[in-house]
Parts: sequence; C-alpha cells; structure tokens
Amino acid sequence: MSVLAYLIPVALFLGGISLIAFLWALRSGQYEDLDGAAQRILLDGEETGDKPAIR
Amino acid sequence: MSCCAPGSEDLALGLQAPPSDEEVAFAARDMGDGTRQVELSVPNVHCAACIHTVESALARLDTVERARVNLSSKRVSVRWRGDALPPIVSTLSSLGYPPHLFDDAQDGKDPVLSELLRAVAVSGFAAGNIMLLSVSVWSGAEGATRDLFHWVSALLALPALAVAGIIYYRSAWNALRHGRMNMDVPIAIGITMAYALSIYDTWHSGAHAYFDASVTLLFFLLIGRTLDHVMRNKARAAVANLARMAPRGALVLFDDGTRDYRPIGEVQPGTKLLVGAGERIPVDARVVHGASDIDCSLVNGESAPQPVAAGAEVHAGALNLTGPLTLEAVRAASSSFLAEMIRLMEATEGGRARYRRIADRVSAMYAPVVHLTALVAFIGWMLTGADWHQAITIAIAVLIITCPCALGLAVPMVQVVAARRLFENGIMVKDGSALERLAEADSAVFDKTGTLTLGQPRLTNMHEIPPRLLDVAQALASHSRHPLSQAIAQQARRSTSATFDDVSELPGFGMEARTGGIVWRLGRASWAASASEENGTVLTRNGDIVARFTFADEIRPGARSTIDTLKKRLRRVEMLSGDAEPACRQVAEELGFDHWRSNLLPADKVSRIEELSGNGHKVMMVGDGLNDAPALGAAHVSLAPASAADIGRNAADFVFLHGNLSAVTTAMDVALRAGQLIRQNLGIAIIYNLIAVPIAILGYVTPLVAAIAMSGSSILVISNALRLMRMGITEKRVAPKATKPATEPLRA
Repeated sequence: MSVLAYLIPVALFLGGISLIAFLWALRSGQYEDLDGAAQRILLDGEETGDKPAIR
Repeated sequence: MSCCAPGSEDLALGLQAPPSDEEVAFAARDMGDGTRQVELSVPNVHCAACIHTVESALARLDTVERARVNLSSKRVSVRWRGDALPPIVSTLSSLGYPPHLFDDAQDGKDPVLSELLRAVAVSGFAAGNIMLLSVSVWSGAEGATRDLFHWVSALLALPALAVAGIIYYRSAWNALRHGRMNMDVPIAIGITMAYALSIYDTWHSGAHAYFDASVTLLFFLLIGRTLDHVMRNKARAAVANLARMAPRGALVLFDDGTRDYRPIGEVQPGTKLLVGAGERIPVDARVVHGASDIDCSLVNGESAPQPVAAGAEVHAGALNLTGPLTLEAVRAASSSFLAEMIRLMEATEGGRARYRRIADRVSAMYAPVVHLTALVAFIGWMLTGADWHQAITIAIAVLIITCPCALGLAVPMVQVVAARRLFENGIMVKDGSALERLAEADSAVFDKTGTLTLGQPRLTNMHEIPPRLLDVAQALASHSRHPLSQAIAQQARRSTSATFDDVSELPGFGMEARTGGIVWRLGRASWAASASEENGTVLTRNGDIVARFTFADEIRPGARSTIDTLKKRLRRVEMLSGDAEPACRQVAEELGFDHWRSNLLPADKVSRIEELSGNGHKVMMVGDGLNDAPALGAAHVSLAPASAADIGRNAADFVFLHGNLSAVTTAMDVALRAGQLIRQNLGIAIIYNLIAVPIAILGYVTPLVAAIAMSGSSILVISNALRLMRMGITEKRVAPKATKPATEPLRA
C-alpha cells in the first residue's frame, strides 16, 4: 500500500497542472474567439502586424 | 477558400449609411497610453481570408497600432496612436466589409462566463479525482486506506464548494432574501448537508462518505448552466451586433460657422444641426434650410417617404434620404420622441414581470415536499429506535438522492437545445422564459410597416409602362437614393441605353435630366408637370406626363403563409398600424386579416394589447418601429425583425435575422416542442423520485447507489432534451437576398 503514498500525490499533481493550464488559458483570453482560432491556423506567413492578443 | 457568402443577414438595412468618422471617433475609448481603441461590428467577416484581408489592410494604415478580428462575435477592434482617426470606415467599406457601431454595454469581456468556466474547471477536476478515490473505496478499500481516501476527497471537495458552490449559494440566498424559492435553494442545501455529514463520518472513520455525490452534482449542474449562458450570450451578441440606429451624437453647427460632433445629451433646443443624406435625425427638430425626403417608417409606421422643406418638423429616429438638411433642435434628446417611447414602455411593464418560470414554479412546490420528506424520515427513524446519527444519515440521503440533478437539468437543457435550434434558423432568443411564454401565446398582433412589409416600395404597374420610357425612368432613377427611385431602378433591371447630357436631383421633388432639347423629369407630379394637380410619381417629357408610376410597400416573404397558419392555430390575429387607412386596407386584404386598425398612436397599440390581455388573451406582438416598442414591452411575448429600431430590438424577446416572416411560426413550433419536452423531463424526474425516495427512506442508499441513480437520471433527461435537435421543422427557406459587397473580398 506504500505505493499509494506516491501515486495519489502524483495523480493530483498532474490533474492540478492541467487545471492551472486551463485557468491560465482562460485568463489570457484564449477562449474569447474560438471560431477565429479555428480559422487562423489557415493563415500562413507573418502575422498581420498585430501584437499578441493579451489586453 | 470557397466560403464567404457575405451579407445574408443584413437584409433591409441597405439604406443605412456606414457611421460617419465623427461618430466612430466619438465611440472610441482612450486607452490611457496615448492610444485610442474602437470596436466595430463587421458582419461580413466569415473566414480566415476575411480575417487576413481586414487585419492586414487596417494594419497598413499609418497610425494603426493593432487590428484584431474576433470571428466569433464578428467584430474588429482597432487601436491607433494619436487623436486623429485613421480612415477605418472607408478602408473597410472599400474592401467590402462595411462596419457599423453597435450597442453593447460589455466591451467584449464576459465576467459571468469566465466565472462559470472557472467553476466548471475546478469542480470537474475535483469530481474526477474524488470519483477515482471513491471507486477504490467502493471496490473494497478499508480501514486506514479508506479514511485516507475520504480525507483527500474532503480536501478536494473544499475548493469545488468554494469556487463552484458559491454560484448556487449566491443565487439561493438572493431568492430567499426576496421571499422566493428557486431550484438553487434545494441544491445549495443538499450539497452543503452532504458535505457536512461526510466530514463528520470521515472524522469518525465511517464507511460511507458523499463527497463524490455533492461534487459531481455541482459539476453536472454547472455544465448545464454554462451551456445555457453561452447560448443566451451568443444570441445577445448577435442582436447587439446589428447596426445601431439611434445616433449617439450630432454634428452641431455653431454661429461662427464652425462645426463639431457633440454627444446627443449636449444638444439643446435651438442648437443648429447638420444631417447628411443617409443619416438619422438625432432629436426632434425643425428644418431651417435644405430640402429632402424623410423616411418615417421606423418612427410611426408611415410607409411613404415624406418630402420636407424649410419649416417642417421632423421626429428623432427618422431617416434623411435624399438631401443634406440644416435643422434647429426643438426638443432636447431627453424629451424627444424616443425618450417618450421609453417612458411609455416603463409605464406599461406588464405581463412579463409577473410571469414565473416553470422551473421556479416547480421548485416552489418541490422544495417543501423534499425537505418535509427528509424531516419525516428523520423523525420516523428516531421513533423506531434508531440512533440520531443513523436517522440524520438517512434524512440527508433523502435530500441527496432527491437533490434535483435531473430536475435542475430538466428545464435548462431543453431550452439550450431549443435556443440553439432557433439560432441556426436565424432567430435569437433572449432567455428561456421567452420560450415558455411563446408556447402559451394564443393571439397575435402584427405591426404593418417593416414587419408585414419590408418597408421598401415596389413598383406595381411596370408592365403598363412602354419599355422605351421605362428605360429613361430607370436611367434617371439610378442616380438617386430615394426609395421610389431605387424601386424603379432595381425592378426595371434593363440594360438601358438612355444617356443624358446632365442629371440633377432636387431633394423633395425628383430627378431632372437633359438630352439635346428635351427635358426629362421623374418625380412628384406637381413639380414634374408644373401645371398638374395630380399626386403621385410621374415621368414627364418637356412638362407633359408620359408615364405614371404606382407603388406599394413590398410584402415580407412568407407573410401570407405565416398569417394563414396563425389564423388556424390562434384565437385571434390582428394588424395594428400607425399608417394611413388606405395603405393598411391594401395590406390587410392582401394578407387576409379579418381584424385590423389604422392610424394608431403608440399608446393606442398598448391599450389594444392590454384590452386583449384583459379578455384573457396571451398576446404575441410582432413589430419593428419605435412606435411599436411600448407594445412589444406590453405583450405577453414579442418578436422583432433585425431591421427594427434599437429600442424595439431590446424590448423584444425574439429577434429574427432572416427576412422571412416564417420565423414567427418556426419559433412557435420550437417553443411548443420545447414545452412538451420540458413536461416530459419533469415527468421523468418525478418518476425517478417516486422510485428513489422510498429506497432512501428505507435506508438502502449508499454513496454508490446515489452516484448511479443521479447520473442515470441526468443522462435520461439530457438525451430526452437532445431529441429536439432531430425535430423536423417545416420551413420554406427563401434564399436571402444577399447584398453583395461593393468589391469581392480577396480570396486567399
């Protein structure tokens, strides 16, 4: 049963990382234009002169 | 790229000019660091190529720092350095993406959605991990391991209750404080009790803990709530993106000849204003100088454009069609026609405020029953000699198992699916209660101009006019913005060979052209044939009338079949119009209205609706004008086309974007079907409770049983709601008249 002492914290840690990643993405505005994000991968070449989307 | 079919939505907005640079500059916000930013709606943006075209063209402008398109909301935000506005509007218009300003209190951000998403994420994380630990317990973990798992679960559940539970606590508290009951009250009580009992049991090394039940319950309910919010927001944003009709400011002419764009609140009686052709009149005013034609259809329902000259009074909200006008304000914005309508609306806030949603009515009956059952179970077990801990455990098990997971999803899930279904058909619904009210409607009241008709005139006697003269008329008409001219030019559609030496437009009168020694005039009879006593529109050659044109307001596509269907289904269908009697009679006869009234003031419409409501009717109002707004507010449920006045769109529960009036019957079909499914879902939830409650009272509910029962009933209710997606709606989709942009957008 001592293996649980490692596995539970590891599981929670990994889950926690994805939770934090999601919250970060949410806060930095990556969920504000889902349709646009889907289309923008089709644009090749340089981005069109704008700075990153963080406001 | 092969997408980009722009303009399918903005039918009937053709006459509206893009916002002037002054108006855009006025709408811009100072960002503080020497830059200014403005958000514009660009409905024609559809794909990656559009994004690229718009962003790169704007970024090439000298002072523009950043241009970013949001494809989901079809908006572009432009930030530039300095005070001077770069030529954003003209750049976008020349690319075929005419922008417009929109009304939206929030600037792109949605704090409620962020909170909901955060709550979903946290509760999902907690629910997943707790379930993992719970499965181990159910499959036989014992002793110290079980206690450890329970303690970890308790720890995980804590942030979920804090971040996600707070949404329910807040809502439940709000309801209780106002002496009401909503579904969130039993939910809040259930999850809190379950958590408290589980902590107690974990402390005493008990075998059962309900952490998983309370957190998964939160997770499921939050998913439903978030979807509901997203759907409503999408509809709200789509409505907000429609062009703003009421100007926010006015170009003021000062005594020393200088002019400046000022907010509308600063306009006082006596202020001189300049209004160009294609702009809306900002406040009630008198014409000082200039002549033009005024389209009042949005203001009072009058379908024919009115000529105005010096001395004439014009209402705020009317559209100036042909010539520039200098006006003198006679009333400040706060006492003009629009403000009067808003006051009338506030005074008649009626049936809607009294309406209680199905979910609230159900929970008002349900919550006392559940809590009473739990109490009875507790007392019963105490009387049979159980110890108090066992009795409490059973009472809380009753609360948890009846805790309305299915009931909490039964109504919102159906409404989310229904709203989505309507959204796909170009119908925006403001909230779920609108669907419930629409399903109840038993009589319909229609406005005429702009609702049953398109508010655009149509030439009715084209075949009576000799082709040669039609050629001349078309060539003349194509030089004018007047709606009657445009009707001639568009409908004739001939490859005209007529050319003139010189063409001029006299605002308020008509068009004049010369070829050789011949003077052609197209316009008002009293002017074109100067001796004539006639009314109407004529073509004259050297002063002799050679052709007469008659016009009628074009009936909105689908109007006839919609009225026929509604007459079969509803108790009463009426038309109430502010227009003159002959125009109303013609439309009423063409569409088969048995009951109609003309020459109505806004207050008359309201009182007619109140009269109908007084006789026990649930009135559905469909209208578009400023003068309809109070009636839209007074009706049980209301619909407006996208071309409606801002205030009308805000007052209406539904806004339909496509031009076809069959949207009314489509919305009714979906609302009725949604009503059925909601009742079925409530039935399922009640049956579930009838089975589950006795089991809980008898003390057989373990956390495992609770988890299975709750997820099972939720899945049942959600699948039932999804049946709405498969429902066949008989709709005649008339291909929307696409107003193609001036130049095709670049293809990537």
